[in-house]
Amino acid sequence: MERIPILQMGQFLLVTIQVDMHDRLALALQDDLTNRIVKTSASGVLIDISSLEIVDSFIGRVLGNIATVSQLLGAETVVVGMQPAIAITLVELGLSLSGVRTAANVDTGMRLLQTVLGVPFHGGLNANP
Amino acid sequence: MSLSSTSKIADLLEKNETELLRNWLTELEASGLRRDDLMRSTELNQQCHEFLRMFRSAAQHENFSDVQAPEWGSVRQLLTDISRDRAQQGFTPSEVATFIFSLKKPLFDQLKRELAQQNDLLIDSIWTVTDVLDQLGLWTTEVFQQTREKVILRQQQELLELSTPVVKLWEGILALPMIGTLDSARTQVVMETLLQQIVETGSQVVVIDITGVPTVDTLVAQYLLKTVEAARLMGTDCIISGIRPQIAQTIVHLGLDLSGVITKATLADAFAIALKKRQLTIVSKASQSV
Repeated sequence: MERIPILQMGQFLLVTIQVDMHDRLALALQDDLTNRIVKTSASGVLIDISSLEIVDSFIGRVLGNIATVSQLLGAETVVVGMQPAIAITLVELGLSLSGVRTAANVDTGMRLLQTVLGVPFHGGLNANP
Repeated sequence: MSLSSTSKIADLLEKNETELLRNWLTELEASGLRRDDLMRSTELNQQCHEFLRMFRSAAQHENFSDVQAPEWGSVRQLLTDISRDRAQQGFTPSEVATFIFSLKKPLFDQLKRELAQQNDLLIDSIWTVTDVLDQLGLWTTEVFQQTREKVILRQQQELLELSTPVVKLWEGILALPMIGTLDSARTQVVMETLLQQIVETGSQVVVIDITGVPTVDTLVAQYLLKTVEAARLMGTDCIISGIRPQIAQTIVHLGLDLSGVITKATLADAFAIALKKRQLTIVSKASQSV
């Protein structure tokens, strides 16, 4: 069965959803990610959904759950790159993912994580020297 | 019976066209509905003449019961043009309809004279003429209404395009000055343009200015909250500004909860907050040189 790759970058985990999510894939991701957080004791998780174009109430809920579960395990979670259509759909469905941090793209998301966790900036683009 | 009455009318129109036209114009003048300020009398003469000509040729077919039939096509077309022109010139619907209805009297007079001896035929003819003229009169009103509706529709669309500008205040800071009453169709457009602009500009802060929104009710507040929520999901902070004193009171009075949103009285205050969020400051040159 296909799975969504979870990449490790230092203390952070990066999940990039490149395919359309279906229910089992979403649940598999939730399983994998929680296991990885425990195994790597990551302090931050970035979920990039910029390629996600379709979302229904189930996927929306699972996204919210993944973020909440990660936070429960002590990892700050940022959802980045949400498309306008997805944002409108989620709001209309009443799934506003409250309590989940959001950012425009992976870059700003990474910086947000670093600020929140108090990790000094290292490498990468730094707009505010 | 009916066949002879229709042929009688066609015959009469054929024979007495000039006299009819003269009487009709007199009638139009007497009705007081001739608007010399809106159109010239020569134009009116022209239209009356044209109408009588087409009415006559349509009458040749002796089908007076249904003006939607193909033989009435040219008459309908003429009335459509007249009605549309008059709607744009600023006539009222009754003035436009009277143009047709005022033909009744001259026509009845003619019939009365022609059929003085044949009462049954006279009544029949009058009924036929009334029926067809009423239908034509209603047709002008219908066209008039449609013309007006088209104007309204166009204005609505213009308003929609006019009222949704998203402006860039600073690198990473967008402003959305909302003007006019918000309804669901407009809010949908506003929300979509805003979110699209957020993606395109990669902005982190958006200021929604509602100075131009006359009233805020629960529905408007709900729209605002939805927009703010959707923008937040895309990683953008929203600030609502331009809340006038009366509106602030209304919001409290209605028990609306805007506590999850940063709200400011003026756009300037909101801009200051936005700059702070972007870790930017504005420094006066004077204070710098001291």
